[in-house]
Amino acid sequence: MSTTDLPLILGIESSCDETGVGLVRGCELLSDQVASSVAEHARFGGVVPEVASRAHLEAMTPTLHRALDGAGVKLADVDAIAVTAGPGLAGALLVGVSAAKAYALALDKPLYGVNHLVGHVAVDQLEHGPLPKPTVALLVSGGHTSLLLVRDLATDVRLLGDTVDDAAGEAYDKVARLLDLPYPGGPPIDRAAREGDPSAIRFPRGKWGDGTYDFSFSGLKTAVARWVEESERSGSPLSVPDVAAAFQEAVVDVLTRKAVDACRAHGVEHLVISGGVAANSRLRALAEERCARAGIELRVPRPRLCTDNGAMIAALGAEVVAAGLPPSTLDLATDTSLPVSQVLAG
Amino acid sequence: MLLLAFDTATPAVTAAVCEPDGAAVRIRAAASAVDARRHGELLAPGIRDVLARADASPADLTHIAVGIGPGPYTGLRVGLATAHALAEALGIACHGVATLDAIAHASGRDTPFIAASDARRKEVFWARYADSATRVGDIAVDRPADVPADGLPVIGHGARLYADVFGQDADAAEPLYPSAAALGEVAVLRLLAGAELPEPRPLYLRRPDAQVPGAPKRVSAVRGPAARA
Repeated sequence: MSTTDLPLILGIESSCDETGVGLVRGCELLSDQVASSVAEHARFGGVVPEVASRAHLEAMTPTLHRALDGAGVKLADVDAIAVTAGPGLAGALLVGVSAAKAYALALDKPLYGVNHLVGHVAVDQLEHGPLPKPTVALLVSGGHTSLLLVRDLATDVRLLGDTVDDAAGEAYDKVARLLDLPYPGGPPIDRAAREGDPSAIRFPRGKWGDGTYDFSFSGLKTAVARWVEESERSGSPLSVPDVAAAFQEAVVDVLTRKAVDACRAHGVEHLVISGGVAANSRLRALAEERCARAGIELRVPRPRLCTDNGAMIAALGAEVVAAGLPPSTLDLATDTSLPVSQVLAG
Repeated sequence: MLLLAFDTATPAVTAAVCEPDGAAVRIRAAASAVDARRHGELLAPGIRDVLARADASPADLTHIAVGIGPGPYTGLRVGLATAHALAEALGIACHGVATLDAIAHASGRDTPFIAASDARRKEVFWARYADSATRVGDIAVDRPADVPADGLPVIGHGARLYADVFGQDADAAEPLYPSAAALGEVAVLRLLAGAELPEPRPLYLRRPDAQVPGAPKRVSAVRGPAARA
């Protein structure tokens, strides 16, 4: 079957600070448009929910227009609508879900409220084709740090481990503040780290070798804060590149080690890394090295698809439609802490 | 003209289908529910149901009128996001109506009064009216005690919540919430009169709560005498 026979899926994402609208047929990406409010949050050092929600409402219709134009289709051509139902910020989720319901109602097309985290895995199919079954997925972003065992994107996703405190991206933001680097902290730390020596300081690896697939980054952030304060107190010069490199090494070391361990323990030969932090150059490099050594095929979507977008929600919607799952009803509720095992909400 | 009206700027989730009937307005169907925490769940099914009861399909609609608040923001945006998306998908006009104007209209009063809704944080959104159809000045947000009521009757949920401050009987506050039937009437009458309606954009009246962070908290133990105390 050629992709033109497959249903045209509209995907809508509004769980955090990105308003995303994407169009997908099967594994084919037709269009992906994102409006970000990140610049409005920068001076606050983190996402301000009310600022994000206001921006979603402003951006939704223009972003939809750009997505339809990009794909050369009309809204009436859409066969089904997928929307992020959770997890995410309550007020932000509600803008996307309200719009999606209205499109479904006006067009008389089925609505699917889907899981944002599983969308981050599904998006890889738009770049690398159908996901091998089973696959382990490492999701790392400003809001999430999770290891998943994915036997089927639509019907069988299990949580192997999660952060017990900060998300990895959150740790990057907090450490960037300590080092007087801008928000969001991932890109500037990645850049600074290239000039630094990752072995200059040995920062702690949270939950290293504890036999779980859980993560902890709060102690690492505190260790960096102590290091910075100690250098201020003693008057010794602080090497931002060395601190950035050593911090980054501690993060990616534990992320990649646990991901590879999870693959081995479950006899899985495929690893997907996705989420905003998957754009990190050191994470990609170390994951490639360790996967190659362990005989694991690594798949990392291009950075543009790793961050929040509507195409990932459309990609998951396509899977859910193909699996023949029942659509959501119009009383679909958002769920700020939707568990990852629940691919379809409500 | 077949107009779909709805409002989610107060604890009421309300939808109606209306049309001109000569110089008046006929309400084909209307429904309301009061649940401050479930706007997102109730609105779309509510719209589907009033359309069905009005024996209309979405494609029959020619106009949308949505309450633009002011009101608690999360609920308010449910109505606006829904209105924008419906208008977009159906290719029809979308207008705003101030939520207090709908409450004022439903009061049927022909002498001056104030309409007030709950703005949370011990404040009200309020406006002064010469009669049910005529707002005098802009809508504001203030503490109840700072509203210059000047002995005028105050209606709306804000009047019920702060009846003691306004010095009136709590039962005198009706109507408490907007009805989409009244909101639709306001919209149809203004459109028939060739009057302007507001853009379908939210009236927030407050900036988002957000504070620029100070310096990071220190994590090292405080050294020196204080630490030993």
